[in-house]
Amino acid sequence: MDKIKIKNLNLYYGTFQALKNINLDIPDRKITAFIGPSGCGKSTLLKSLNRMNDFVDNCKITGSITLNDKSIYDINANILRKRVGMVFQKPNPFPMSIYDNIAYGSRTHGVVSKSKLDEIVEKSLRAAAIWDELKDRLKKNALGLSGGQQQRLCIARALAVQPEVILMDEPTSALDPISTQKIEELIQELKQEYTILIVTHNMQQAVRISEKTVFFLNGEIIESGDTEQIFSFPKDKRTEDYITGRFG
Amino acid sequence: MKTVLYKEKAAECFFFLSACISIFAVALICIFLFTNGLPAMKEIGFIDFLSGKKWKPGMDTFGIYPMILGSIYVTAGAIIIGVPAGVLTAIFLTKFCPPRLCKIFKTIIDLMAGVPSVVYGFWGMVVLVPFVKNTFGGNGNCILTASILLGIMILPTIISVSEASLQAVPKTYYEGALALGATKEQSVFFVVLPAAKSGITAGIILGIGRAIGETMAVVMVAGNQARMPNGILRGIRTLTANIVIEMGYAADLHRGALIATGVVLFIFIMVINLLFSILKSKRNI
Repeated sequence: MDKIKIKNLNLYYGTFQALKNINLDIPDRKITAFIGPSGCGKSTLLKSLNRMNDFVDNCKITGSITLNDKSIYDINANILRKRVGMVFQKPNPFPMSIYDNIAYGSRTHGVVSKSKLDEIVEKSLRAAAIWDELKDRLKKNALGLSGGQQQRLCIARALAVQPEVILMDEPTSALDPISTQKIEELIQELKQEYTILIVTHNMQQAVRISEKTVFFLNGEIIESGDTEQIFSFPKDKRTEDYITGRFG
Repeated sequence: MKTVLYKEKAAECFFFLSACISIFAVALICIFLFTNGLPAMKEIGFIDFLSGKKWKPGMDTFGIYPMILGSIYVTAGAIIIGVPAGVLTAIFLTKFCPPRLCKIFKTIIDLMAGVPSVVYGFWGMVVLVPFVKNTFGGNGNCILTASILLGIMILPTIISVSEASLQAVPKTYYEGALALGATKEQSVFFVVLPAAKSGITAGIILGIGRAIGETMAVVMVAGNQARMPNGILRGIRTLTANIVIEMGYAADLHRGALIATGVVLFIFIMVINLLFSILKSKRNI
């Protein structure tokens, strides 16, 4: 089943066309990787899926995006962003305690009961495989954590509002190899319950973790399909050149 | 080569001397205040001077307690009125205002900071005093009027400092909150605003400093009766007003007592500035 369907999507920043006629289906409970050189539109497409582009001036979108066969423009933007969570390139924990970071989303969605919040915090931190490291310092400021811990905290924070889809914009590009490995393992775990889209510049990462890969170039999708197939037998010459490191 | 070195030394020396002027000025003011004020305080008695409830220069009774309270009340009033208005304005300017309107607002706020205080005072006398008199009763020259006027006068300080610290909050915090499904208002008030807390507090402290030191505008609307404050619709006299009203004809111990009033004011301002720099250094860590 396809969780998200994108049809004839065009996106313009002013007069610049950042996405050209995108057609793509995102499978449910699988990991889909977006690859391509910088500025090719993969992050832009990612941000279109939870309507974070709404905040960009002069951004115009045509075509359709559906979540469970319902247009995302018919869903209240705040509800949509609760259902389609996002993890950013640079870890961005809020300057407050670890506990408050995780509880923030639930609080804004109306959860006030302390015991319920405690439960959500523990469950989310466990799901992000960081509970054991952090359980004794929940009241400490989140900015004191290491980069890798911060990023896993951000993943836990995204999980806390019980999303269906998680968008990850180069989630490991600011991290060291060991933290990267931990996050990759975590992502593998999460796909059992969530649909995951990940933008990555790291080809090996796409091979290691994703089932489906989409290759972007200059705002267009050049090729998409099973990760194994794309990396072993690319159909398009440009895909081959990119994944073998001839450009990008 | 040698002349270049010599020139450099000369320039360095010149800049150093220029920098010394401000330090020198502060030092001289300190010396003047303390050498003139402390003996007078001693003669009156420190306790009697600070906690005395009667100020009667004709009878050589100098208690500035009413004026200390007056300054504190008026400043507190200004904070109650000016802080919410100022902080909310800063939030509006950084997160809700269309860019073009924002420019106009900022120009006007900068202009507000440049209006001389006597002009504020004049406006207070002509507009605010009758307004308070007709709306709330009393004769209009009172704590409430002075608080409103000072509240308006500290707005530019609070707005510009708060705005700068709100701007300094990384955009990623705001985006992170939105991405969790929080509304724009929730993101601003529960993530961005707390993140800018120390900067905004610094702005408020600067505003307090400005309010407590303000003289002319307060003199024109506060009534200036040297007595214990009793109600926000009654007049009071602040420390600054005390000095400016009586300095013209004061002599001997009376003059000393007024300078000692200046010492108290000076200490107030020093404490406020100290708080400000502590907060500022904390923010940088």
